[in-house]
Amino acid sequence: MGKTVVECNNVSIRYKTGDIKHMGLKDYLIKRVTGKYVVKEFWADKNISFSLQEGDMLGIVGTNGAGKSTLLKAITGILDPVKGNVKTRGNIAALLELSSGFDLDLTVKENAYLRGAMLGYTRQFMDDKYDQIIEFAELEQFQDYTFSALSSGMRSRLAFSIACLVNPDILILDEVLSVGDGAFRKKSGDKMRQILSEGITGILVSHSITQVRELCNKILWIDHGNQIAFGDNAEFLCNCYEEFLATGKLPQNSDDLNELNAAFEKRHAKAMREETKRETERFLQMLREGESEPAVEAALAILRENRPEALKLAYRKLD
Amino acid sequence: MIEKWIGRFKKYRFLFAELVKRDFKQKYKRTSLGVLWSVLSPLLTLFVMKIVFTEFFGRNTPHYTTYLFSGNLVMSFYKEATKNSMSSLISNRRIIDKINLPKYLFTFSKNVSALVNFSLTLLVYFMFCMIDGIHFGFHMIALIYPIVMLTIMNVGIGLILSALYVFFQDTQYLYDVFLTLLTYVSAIFYQVDRFSQEIQNLFLLNPVYVVIKYFRTVVIDGKLPSVQYHGLVAFYALFFLILGSIIYKKYNKEFIYYI
Repeated sequence: MGKTVVECNNVSIRYKTGDIKHMGLKDYLIKRVTGKYVVKEFWADKNISFSLQEGDMLGIVGTNGAGKSTLLKAITGILDPVKGNVKTRGNIAALLELSSGFDLDLTVKENAYLRGAMLGYTRQFMDDKYDQIIEFAELEQFQDYTFSALSSGMRSRLAFSIACLVNPDILILDEVLSVGDGAFRKKSGDKMRQILSEGITGILVSHSITQVRELCNKILWIDHGNQIAFGDNAEFLCNCYEEFLATGKLPQNSDDLNELNAAFEKRHAKAMREETKRETERFLQMLREGESEPAVEAALAILRENRPEALKLAYRKLD
Repeated sequence: MIEKWIGRFKKYRFLFAELVKRDFKQKYKRTSLGVLWSVLSPLLTLFVMKIVFTEFFGRNTPHYTTYLFSGNLVMSFYKEATKNSMSSLISNRRIIDKINLPKYLFTFSKNVSALVNFSLTLLVYFMFCMIDGIHFGFHMIALIYPIVMLTIMNVGIGLILSALYVFFQDTQYLYDVFLTLLTYVSAIFYQVDRFSQEIQNLFLLNPVYVVIKYFRTVVIDGKLPSVQYHGLVAFYALFFLILGSIIYKKYNKEFIYYI
């Protein structure tokens, strides 16, 4: 087991809302005098604890308003937790809402340097990496354009490239793996997997549970600020979470979790069985209708690859 | 402690340079005259004031052009630095909200751009002094002192205003009104001799006037102010810097809830 890179101990974060935003001094004084000044407090996260070792990829799951983004802000140090503490080691590159924070009047190159500087890198380092960044973002022809001339896809591409190519120790991704067109998305996904395989520590917030299953080895599940579960049994927890999304039953203890997992597996197995049945049926239909040999060959190859059980079923029926 | 500060400075030096660069580009993007404009605009103000006020106040004032220019020069530096500092946090809200950075960097960078602008205008000021028949000597070096002190004060006041502006959105309007008032009580186009001694002392409560008077004493009278006067200038600079730092330190973690 590697070194601990991120550690959250009983982190509770309070957010202030209410009258405080967009207030004038005049409004403030009037409300103060009439006693109508209210600052609402709301606990975005309560008692969250987890720790990540080098090379871990944490998936944070939870419904909207669960406190995921707030937790990320505490990890990056933008917000201070009211209780508990967060410890991190190394350089953090956070991709929270990719393309915000760029300056529209600066050129692509200037913005790249500015962003690099914000992420804590030196001029020397940016000089070395700049060409690579631009190449990855596919913006070679746009280097001297001002940012206002770029499409939003291009902007996100640049942001993504900078954050990935500057070798952070900790990479935080908030709903950002769906950047750009299909080709770039594939490229960024590949890059992400490559970075993760190099032992970087990552935190991913995503509503795509498939993505979380694919990339993460640890799961933190939060609901309305409460920690529901944390563990390295990623598959198990993803099952539970998916079952929760389907049924809306929030687990209270480990028994509930096991129950959810069992229910998910049952449902999943059932779905698989039905799927298999459908595929078998389709294959048999092909044979009955006497389709051309190459088509049958192709279908056979696909089934052998992906659904051997459908094939077995088909043979049994043919006998 | 000092080592920690130097380390931090090194870490953020590149970012700071980039921020200053950005501020400059933002400022001059729309004007074809570019940097020239920043010199031209105080000159135009000076020109207008000269035409309007010479009749009323200028006849008994020796070197009235230099007198006016000294006031304008200092006042416009103070105004530009503090007004830009005020909006420095709000205008970078999208960054502050997403990336963990020392927020005072934004305020400092605005002050650096204001200082560079001021330096350019200062050159023009010296040119005008020459035309106005001012004697140039080594005593002019003394001007470095009020410039450094005013810059420190600007940073301090900038920190206070930027925090206020985060909490209260109408700070901008209130401060504009305050600046108009400040301009009138800074004896930019009139002399304070006509007032009684008590009222003349009241003028010393205005830090900007104190700096203007320093300039005039050195440039027009060719003299150095007293040691106590130096102390007064330093007091204002440090007072606002310390107050600004305390306010920043106390509230900088709160800003995030408001922006």
